[in-house]
Amino acid sequence: MCSLLSSLGIKCGGEEKPEEERHLRANDREFNISYKYANNEINTSKYNVFTFLPLNLLEQLQRLANAYFLCLLGLQLIPAISSLSWFTTVVPLLLVLSMTAAKDATDDINRHKSDRQVNNRKVEVLVNGQLKSEKWRNVQVGDIIKLENNQFVTADLLLLSSSEPLNLVYIETAELDGETNLKVKQALTVTGDLGDNIESLAAFRGEVRCEPPNNRLDKFMGNLEVGGLTSSLDNDKILLRGCTLRNTQWCFGLVVFGGPDTKLMQNSGKNRFKRTSIDHLMNVLVLCIFGFLAFMCTILAIGKGIWESQEGSAFAAFLPPPDGNNPPFSAFLTFWSYVIILNTVVPISLYVSVEIIRLGNSYYIDWDRMMYHAPTNTPAQARTTTLNEELGQIKYIFSDKTGTLTQNIMTFNKCSINGKSYGDLLDFSGQSIEITEKTAKVDFSWNRLADPKFSFHDPCLVEAVRQGSKEAQNFFRLLALCHTVMPEELNDGGLNYQAQSPDEGALVTAARNFGFVFRARTPESITAVEMGQVITYNLLAVLDFNNVRKRMSVIVRSPEGKLTLYCKGADTLIYERLHPSCSKLMEVTTQHLNEYAGEGLRTLALAYKDLDEDYFDSWRKRHHEASTAMEDRDEKLDAIYEEIEKDLQLLGASAVEDKLQDGVPQTIEQLSKADIKIWVLTGDKQETAENIGYSCNMLREEMKEVFIVAGHTREEVAEELRTARKKMKPDSSDEPPFHKSGFLGKKSEVVEDETVESEYGLVINGHSLAFALQEDLQLEFLRMACMCTAVICCRVTPLQKAQVVELVKKRKKAVTLAIGDGANDVSMIKAAHIGVGISGQEGMQAVLSSDYSFAQFRFLQRLLLVHGRWSYLRMCKFLRYFFYKNFTFTFVHFWYGFFCGFSAQTVYDEWFITLYNLIYTALPVLGMALFDQDVDHRWSFRCPELYTPGQLNLYFSKRAFMRCMMHSCYSSLILFFIPYAAIHDTVRDDGKDIADYQSFALLAQTCLLVAVNMQLGLDTTYWTAVNQFFLWGSMSVYFAVTFTMYSNGMFLIFTSTFPFIGVARNSLNQPNVWLTILLTSILCVLPVLAYRFLYMQLRPTINDKVRYKVRQDKAPPPDVPRRFRPRRISTRRSGYAFSHSRGYGDLVTSGRFLLRPMKSRPALFSRSASSGLTLSEESPQIFRPIAEEPIA
Amino acid sequence: MKKQTETLNRPDNTAFTQQRLPAWQPMLSAGIVIPGFVVIGLAFIGIGVALFVTSQNIQVLERDYTGVEQNSDNDCSRCLNRTNCVCAVQFNLAKQLEGPVFFYYGLSNYFQNHRKYGVSRDDYQLSGDTYYFENPEDDCIPYQYDSRNRPIVPCGSKANSLFNDTFRLYRLVGGQKKQVPFDGKGIAWWTDYNLKYRNPTLVDGSLAKAFNGTVKPVNWPKPVYELDTSDSSNNGFLNQDFLVWMRRAALPGFRKLYRRISEGEYADGLPTGNYSLEINYNYPVHGFDGRKKVFFSNVSWMGGKNQFLGIAYLVVGSLCIVMSLVMLIVYAKYRFPDEDS
Repeated sequence: MCSLLSSLGIKCGGEEKPEEERHLRANDREFNISYKYANNEINTSKYNVFTFLPLNLLEQLQRLANAYFLCLLGLQLIPAISSLSWFTTVVPLLLVLSMTAAKDATDDINRHKSDRQVNNRKVEVLVNGQLKSEKWRNVQVGDIIKLENNQFVTADLLLLSSSEPLNLVYIETAELDGETNLKVKQALTVTGDLGDNIESLAAFRGEVRCEPPNNRLDKFMGNLEVGGLTSSLDNDKILLRGCTLRNTQWCFGLVVFGGPDTKLMQNSGKNRFKRTSIDHLMNVLVLCIFGFLAFMCTILAIGKGIWESQEGSAFAAFLPPPDGNNPPFSAFLTFWSYVIILNTVVPISLYVSVEIIRLGNSYYIDWDRMMYHAPTNTPAQARTTTLNEELGQIKYIFSDKTGTLTQNIMTFNKCSINGKSYGDLLDFSGQSIEITEKTAKVDFSWNRLADPKFSFHDPCLVEAVRQGSKEAQNFFRLLALCHTVMPEELNDGGLNYQAQSPDEGALVTAARNFGFVFRARTPESITAVEMGQVITYNLLAVLDFNNVRKRMSVIVRSPEGKLTLYCKGADTLIYERLHPSCSKLMEVTTQHLNEYAGEGLRTLALAYKDLDEDYFDSWRKRHHEASTAMEDRDEKLDAIYEEIEKDLQLLGASAVEDKLQDGVPQTIEQLSKADIKIWVLTGDKQETAENIGYSCNMLREEMKEVFIVAGHTREEVAEELRTARKKMKPDSSDEPPFHKSGFLGKKSEVVEDETVESEYGLVINGHSLAFALQEDLQLEFLRMACMCTAVICCRVTPLQKAQVVELVKKRKKAVTLAIGDGANDVSMIKAAHIGVGISGQEGMQAVLSSDYSFAQFRFLQRLLLVHGRWSYLRMCKFLRYFFYKNFTFTFVHFWYGFFCGFSAQTVYDEWFITLYNLIYTALPVLGMALFDQDVDHRWSFRCPELYTPGQLNLYFSKRAFMRCMMHSCYSSLILFFIPYAAIHDTVRDDGKDIADYQSFALLAQTCLLVAVNMQLGLDTTYWTAVNQFFLWGSMSVYFAVTFTMYSNGMFLIFTSTFPFIGVARNSLNQPNVWLTILLTSILCVLPVLAYRFLYMQLRPTINDKVRYKVRQDKAPPPDVPRRFRPRRISTRRSGYAFSHSRGYGDLVTSGRFLLRPMKSRPALFSRSASSGLTLSEESPQIFRPIAEEPIA
Repeated sequence: MKKQTETLNRPDNTAFTQQRLPAWQPMLSAGIVIPGFVVIGLAFIGIGVALFVTSQNIQVLERDYTGVEQNSDNDCSRCLNRTNCVCAVQFNLAKQLEGPVFFYYGLSNYFQNHRKYGVSRDDYQLSGDTYYFENPEDDCIPYQYDSRNRPIVPCGSKANSLFNDTFRLYRLVGGQKKQVPFDGKGIAWWTDYNLKYRNPTLVDGSLAKAFNGTVKPVNWPKPVYELDTSDSSNNGFLNQDFLVWMRRAALPGFRKLYRRISEGEYADGLPTGNYSLEINYNYPVHGFDGRKKVFFSNVSWMGGKNQFLGIAYLVVGSLCIVMSLVMLIVYAKYRFPDEDS
């Protein structure tokens, strides 16, 4: 029974209590089945064939609007109240419901399809002692499965054994958390010994007891019992579904969680539903409208009461009241009758139309070729179709740095070797030439192992190396030896480096191309191919990087027995440790370093030192002592490192470019012209972040001051913030300027903007930000940050990113956008009003939780300045017009109420009421909302100021809504009283009746339709053929439908449904009818026209000015010129190129952010156990220094 | 082939998808708006003059005969609270009323446009469907069945309240009363007479038998099949007066066509002279403060006399001209600077 129900998608209530512990036995299906654990089939769909109709209907009717119309329908079925036939509500409601249902159905069919595709993937399962290929859906908890390289992990597995030594496997977790670097998992020795021996695996009867299914990706608790021996299990032994096996031939795993119980599935589908500010406004307005509706109905009901007691009773001879004369009761009934008639102020088609418009505008984003990135073959994608107009209102952008502003590609660009700088191309006069894509690259074909993707433009360096320049060779030897990169041999003989940071990868790749190829490493050795010769160095020690040292060194013994220390690190620190003999070289190199830094390159000084055997032996002993010390191990190690890293010989300096994405500076400039504030939130270090800030034009040399907040205590931070604010605005009060809200002097939470005269920048550190975000300092921080033109927060955790976004969202009431590419940006992307993911790279997590995604940061300006602006403009125009046309429509009924004894008589034909929103006026306004543009995209770029009205909510607000209502009020007065006056005492030209109800209805509705269509024409600024077609088409359809419905045939078939027979023929051939139509529509439109014209002359908006300018010069504007960054010489340079820092070292020590400190395992490889979402940027996958291992 | 797959996801380059559809982008420039206003203004003044003049030329003679006030030209006040009473309205035509002349009766403060009144009818009955003779629609309540539960045909308040004053016009020539012939044919809409309303099929050649088992509306003195026994084509549901009444008015004050005067010596209109309109005063309007009027009127291409439309056109036209002047001044004085930023 239960299975039947659950197959129908209905949960059996109550009988199953939540799982408290999972208990399973390997290779024992019967045992495991007794627990009824879910198998590996997933089902993300919501409906099936039978449940679709009831569930979908139920879901739809939970929406306020639909429920409202259902209630209306209910009212209409009460004969005493029913003032309109049932079909006026049923037809629109059915249409709306069926359209939504169709959309839901297609969505669900797609989900079914993708489920089926995933469920039918094949995997090898150990069944009855044999490996059998099975579909994923048939895999059960307790099965042992075999995975091969590059396969997706089928379910959450307990790793049993693998092909690699020490039972390691490498996995990529990109689909799970967006991180693309490999992670290591290791099996227990107990199970690792099983290897790939099928018999012993089949005989394995280990029992697992572990936590119930949950969504924590970074935690697993349980134990495994094999033959009476219990070993504990943690996350390191678990392969999660969604990962991919890499660099591992095969592995065996025991299924612990299947299908819906896997952590991947437990994590999915809990997306927060975002709504736009227009949505919120619309909800408020709809409530106001309900209030207004009640108000109108009350007036009419009171009128009815009075009429009934005065006129109605007297008129009873001709119209006897149905249940005696009871004015209060009939007033009550009239109230509801008018609720039905005036319901068109809240038109059901509004919601549908809004959805259609948003969908259409989303498609434009998907279709935009200018947001298509050819190199990665990635088009832009609107993943959410409900937020478009908000793209036109963005006030704050929060951007990640790595992978968003930068390409996350480091290129070895320049170097200085022995006082000579390489990397610039000089022409004859000695001027450097701009390097473009067309510049000839240096030919590396002489080097079989060269990386083909590497490019370098200065041929001198290769020559120097090939000619055997000792310094150059030593330079690259250092780069090939001093690092922590892991090599990976590809099947085709190629070589791949697994570097923790792209900087390191770039340096080692540079060495590789210049003939010093790093081939392999073991804990004790490094094998390199130097100019074609294989040389194995003895690796004696790795003096690892940390934040204070800002350098790393290796000590190696060459095959000849020479002992050398190679060191690379921040120039200032290396310089302190150089041998005095290098002073001359230092000067030249410093000059080069300054030049590189001025170009925004990340520099690194390289040095070496030949060591004395005896000294090294003694040092090594002390080192061993220090590394095994129980107390102050780190300090002792640092001291011992310090001791040996001195009197170094300078080799030169390298410069690595953290490549910005194309067009980033221009985009940032454009966006700031549009008055959008950009904050960079990055996990990078301060220097790196600052450097990027400069190179992408956010921070500028001409800024009056760039404040750096890096205090370590609350008081320090508070003081720094206050001083900065006082400096920018000496007269600013300490009390934050709260936005004055209109209601009862209630103090609002919104902080107003404060203006400062000069430009300032702010760089704030993660640990200071932690204090700044505390309750008592956040306002000070916000005020100060908002005064600055550029804000950079560095070393921030994902959580802080989200907190910053939330702070601005809450306290500034501004629309925010967050853009990022990695898993660490997910929280911020979800927190912001709009999240944008950079797609086209490997990680998917950011994209999956984003609302929009595209490949390049520069597309953001098109998304906002063109698509966003247009969407906002269109939506606002649509709403203004839509409310106008419905209010006008409805108010006429209101006026008529006073002339028909408040009897809830409609002015129009019921069929007109039914079709007005659905057919007669639906398409023209949709056409406007889909095609309208004030100026084309080139002008949108040229005048970014056009974006500002959106930020200020100018086009649609409560005020605009009130104006709409006043306008409607005027129009409805015209539309009722002009026909009234024109027709009340007249007759046809043959003397017959024309002031009858039916003719009047036809006249009033025709006037209305013509007037609202003319108003639409006035609102439309961009008349495409489609607009024309829709407008004229709708008018023609109106007349065609009217003549059809008023025709003989329709009456003869449906006598009582179409009682208006002959009206169209009898009144539309009268000249005075047409003259009335002309008069009303002109009277409705001309005042608006005059008002707009005068307003434009007297107080032109930015929009008017630009459109005027467009008219002036017909020629399309030139595309925004691309400006190249000027070269500058700067003494400010990035201290250290290693962005692979030991993670958040200082944060760890401050203990504020980490739930648990990282722990290290005494294994060859260790990883941070707590890297989850909290710590993922440049996640410190530290290859623990081998020096820690006692050698020999 | 490779190139194709490389750009597989590239969106199509069409004017539609790239939002480059050719379009006309009008702008409210002074060169269009101001002349536009002038042209519209002139056109409206022209139309207004034509309408006004036409309307002025239409002659209307209007008399209130409710009898609430004592009036020298009629003696209807005596009939005010009585039924089946005859009174007369005297009037003098100083100028010939050009033909064809239409004679209307008018009611005011009469809510034919009340929703309950409007729905209180049965379209099927009126289209001659005898099934509904026995089962009138519920909307007709309280005129659905009589007290003995016999169905009323035609049912409902609308039919029940049929206007039943009758008029006869006499021209007083030399102390003699000479009846002016009325033409009651074709005063209802063609569609109503020919399509919308149908008599039931005759039973044994008799219309009355077709109404067997039904009763007349309570207010009616005689059943529907006896409305005009002299002319079978004007009897039953097809009686022109009935049709005119059933086309309910849009507003509480209305007039309905009663007869045409177009026969014989009156084809060119009503000549000057003294007239007496004899009224069979039956219809009570005093109770609800209603008024009863009669109108003699001729028509033009724009229908009956209606001053409003002409005046409205004149006013709107003049306002347009004034507005265009204002706009011209504003434009000349304040037009927004075309500064090149």
